[in-house]
Amino acid sequence: MVSRRIIPALDIKEGRVVKCVRFLNPRDAGDPVDLARLYDAEGADEIVFLDITASHEKRSLMLEVARRVAEEVFIPFTVGGGIRTVADMREILKTGADKIFINTSAFQTPELISEGSDRFGSQCVVVAIDAKWRPDGATGAGGWYEVYLHGGRTPTGVDAVRWAEDAARRGAGEILLTSMDADGTQAGYELTLTRRIADAVSIPVIASGGAGTLEHIYDGVTEGGAEAALVASLLHYQLLSIRQIKEHLRDRGIPVRLN
Amino acid sequence: MIAIVDYGMGNLRSVEKALHKLGHTATVTSDAAVMQSADRLILPGVGAFGAAIERLRRPRDVESLAESVLRFADTGRPLLGICLGMQLLLSRSEELGEHQGLGLVPGDVKRFDPAGDRAIKVPHMGWNAIRFPRESPLTVGVEPESQVYFVHSYYCAPADPNCWIAECRHGVAFCAALQVGNLLAAQFHPEKSGAVGLRMLDNFARWGA
Repeated sequence: MVSRRIIPALDIKEGRVVKCVRFLNPRDAGDPVDLARLYDAEGADEIVFLDITASHEKRSLMLEVARRVAEEVFIPFTVGGGIRTVADMREILKTGADKIFINTSAFQTPELISEGSDRFGSQCVVVAIDAKWRPDGATGAGGWYEVYLHGGRTPTGVDAVRWAEDAARRGAGEILLTSMDADGTQAGYELTLTRRIADAVSIPVIASGGAGTLEHIYDGVTEGGAEAALVASLLHYQLLSIRQIKEHLRDRGIPVRLN
Repeated sequence: MIAIVDYGMGNLRSVEKALHKLGHTATVTSDAAVMQSADRLILPGVGAFGAAIERLRRPRDVESLAESVLRFADTGRPLLGICLGMQLLLSRSEELGEHQGLGLVPGDVKRFDPAGDRAIKVPHMGWNAIRFPRESPLTVGVEPESQVYFVHSYYCAPADPNCWIAECRHGVAFCAALQVGNLLAAQFHPEKSGAVGLRMLDNFARWGA
């Protein structure tokens, strides 16, 4: 049985890790390669890098990071942020990265998903979706989840479940799903959203945003139906370790990799 | 020196980087002379079977890459197929039509059947546990039930079940690694399987040395 994956996520700006206080090495606490190596040693199943570099000229710094990660880390890794073309995807995959993820550009140019998966295989193409709960104004009883773009700044009016189905049909290999409502709360993943999308597509869903406890991660891969859990602050601030998470899941009967 | 066959499919650098990390000399090449001078050969690969075998058979100055691989295998030196590179060693694949493989290992390449087993997802992607029906040079020092990284929709069904050296289960039990004489092959990606995978690459690089 395929193991549920625990995936540390690193935000990278101009080649350096941001939002991370983890003390690694007295010389350099913000080197993404050091941190990736550490998470690999601790049992991460995969690593996700989000490039938040604003200036286009400095994007090549992420490529350099990816090249160095590929020399030091021998588990799969994914790079996203600022990818707009198939040529951008190719540049990243050439470094030794296993997957790319696209968010705003996939929504604006959905052909990017099919072109990328035809060219590199659907396993390489992860579509990231940021979604926010929209209560039903009339009754207040129901509601839906709206897709947001540009790092959560731009509402689209489009239903996240329908967009996930469309992305999967176009050849996405996985959905990286972030709940904007839950993100940063440490109150748990948005399980209803995660379950709705996991039920709607046959490709794996990676739950992101809101994990604060071991049990939240268990809920994400059971009630939420996610195949993988993205974890950032919990690990970076050393509130939990990957081993603790995996041992907890194993004890609760979830298949995990504890080599 | 370990030659990694470059036939224009997929990410070959990861295998090379992993071998370098382990302290072995390895080079990605499509040069017939370099391949024949190598101590060991790796046939890697990600992508579709038909396109890969077509590239391997494409006529070239001296000989096709397929001919180079077959000639190398004939010399008895160690050869390792990885993922699609494992499947290419077999006789036939049913991936998008029927294709003839290199035929070094009699048997077929078949598709996982999600219709037959609704609980499985295709592709089989992620970490899964392997067991060892028998000892092999590839798996020396690797604990049974270790997990390795897979990405594939098709799997090898060798005619001779005795060649299985690792078994995995995804709906069906399938051959995760095989050995036929000097030929070793793995369906998973040792270069992406963490410490366990590096151990297996190191085992291959040291086998018989």
